[in-house]
Amino acid sequence: MSAVNNTATTRVQYKKRSQTKEIWRRFRKNKSSIIGMIIIAILIICAIFAENIAPYDPVKQDYAHTLEHPSKEHIFGTDEFGRDIFSRIIFGARTSLSVGLISVSISCIVGGVIGAISGYFGGRIDTFIMRCMDVFLAIPSILFNISIIAALGPGIVNMMIAVGVSNIPRYCRIMRASVLQIKNQEFIEAAKAGGALDFFIITFHVVPNSLAPIIVQATLNVGSAIIACAGLSFIGVGISPPTPEWGAMLSNGRDLLRNYSYITAFPGLAIMITVLSLNLMGDGLRDAFDPKLKR
Amino acid sequence: MLKYIIRRIIMMIPVMLGVTFVVFTMLYITPGDPAQTILGENATEETIAELREEMGLDRPFIIQYFDYVWKIVTKGDFGRSYTNQQPVINALIDRFPNTIILAVSSAAIAVILGLILGVVSAVKQYSIFDNFSMTLALIGLSMPNFWQGLLLMLLFSLKLGWFPVSGFTTWKHLILPALTVGTSSCAIIARMTRSSMLEVVRQDYVDSARAKGQKEYIVIIKHALRNAMIPIITAVGLQFGAMLGGSVITESVFSIPGIGKLMVDSIKARDYPSVQAGVLLIALSFCVVNLLVDLLYAATDPRMKSNIEGKA
Repeated sequence: MSAVNNTATTRVQYKKRSQTKEIWRRFRKNKSSIIGMIIIAILIICAIFAENIAPYDPVKQDYAHTLEHPSKEHIFGTDEFGRDIFSRIIFGARTSLSVGLISVSISCIVGGVIGAISGYFGGRIDTFIMRCMDVFLAIPSILFNISIIAALGPGIVNMMIAVGVSNIPRYCRIMRASVLQIKNQEFIEAAKAGGALDFFIITFHVVPNSLAPIIVQATLNVGSAIIACAGLSFIGVGISPPTPEWGAMLSNGRDLLRNYSYITAFPGLAIMITVLSLNLMGDGLRDAFDPKLKR
Repeated sequence: MLKYIIRRIIMMIPVMLGVTFVVFTMLYITPGDPAQTILGENATEETIAELREEMGLDRPFIIQYFDYVWKIVTKGDFGRSYTNQQPVINALIDRFPNTIILAVSSAAIAVILGLILGVVSAVKQYSIFDNFSMTLALIGLSMPNFWQGLLLMLLFSLKLGWFPVSGFTTWKHLILPALTVGTSSCAIIARMTRSSMLEVVRQDYVDSARAKGQKEYIVIIKHALRNAMIPIITAVGLQFGAMLGGSVITESVFSIPGIGKLMVDSIKARDYPSVQAGVLLIALSFCVVNLLVDLLYAATDPRMKSNIEGKA
């Protein structure tokens, strides 16, 4: 009898736990993901309060202190214009994180909407959209980025658009796949039977229930978007100087690589730590959202 | 099988037409007049108008597009470079082999290392080797390849002097760029191999192969790995595309005269025909690789083969 009571109590407790809490409970168990999340949180704080954290002005040139190796005054050293590398990295976090987040938001929103339409309506619309996506997928993303930038011209906004647009097919496919899984479920049929409009069904029933894989992909993708943007700035078609950006900083330091390798070391390390943290967090989120996928 | 190959090649045509359309449109809407770019700032309006007419730039968009495609298909004519007035195809022919050599050698490194790391990690799950190689894979995945290229260059070329800093004439020039391009793909392949092998290695038929008295390495390679191969081949195929793209930046780091460097230089010089041609060529190579990957499925998995032959 007591066993029955126990099961009943557990069931009641289990029901009380919301889905978000359950996901958080599973995410919390993964230590490396928590570390990733903490590092990202620190980076976000750095990005927001860059003015207060950075000891020097990131763009101010100081020819009395050019190419100084790391020291107490300049913990990461100074570059060929005497700019403090640490301050530039702190401000660079602002640029890189916002570029990563905005470009991923572009691909998430546009790709998600197109994918939802494609999966929900099916038929010719689906075939047409998916063939278009095949075309976009046939162009390796870095080349796609480069062609968009060639068309729109270099610059931070165009770079975000380029990286965002080139990732649309990925989200479109993920969203379509999860919409296909959901659209035949009973609650959608019920909504249809209730006379709800397609727009209403997609927005309030289909999309919220298909979000999990999109969120996981987006977290993992912010990292690759940051790398893509840094790469574009590195080859000189992204963010132009003197804006502090990690990829552009790396590119500046390459001519001084032999004697002043710290100029390239710190921005590279900053990119790597950021992307690594995002990857750890993304892996943890994937396992938390869907324990079946756990590797 | 032949029917399937032909069908797949025919299916590539609309995709390639789509790619040409996207690339052509993108560069068509680019601000700036090509005739003006070629003739320079000091050209008179009449000479610009003449050149526009000669180049066919005064015709409607759709006609220009079909003319562009027609010239590519029939004559292999990608237009002339705005910077040196030479046919773009010449530059492509000169540089494409370098890009392919780089991509193929990176792929070889990525596949060999990735498979070994992945298989051993799966067989010795949760061992020190597994943890170490998966951490390494995660780091490889998070490292921007241009930074890694610079680090390799710093250590092996500038400090140790083992490899040349730039250029592309001997096999020594190939090692560092190939490592640079291959690392992140190697990481992805290793992770994919590990997870795919883990699913297979615990299945009953693997145990029964062992029970038969089969040697362990044969069990792993012949029985487990072959069955785990499909997702791995998919990853390899996708990664080859990524490597073709990844070579764009690495070619700039190591000053390799390939398609990637051509494109980067062309963007800076606003030489759009070269950019267009570079994108098209890489996209075409990517499509061909995807076709080869699909054919490889059939070679590794008899179930796929019968499926393909059934459909064809």
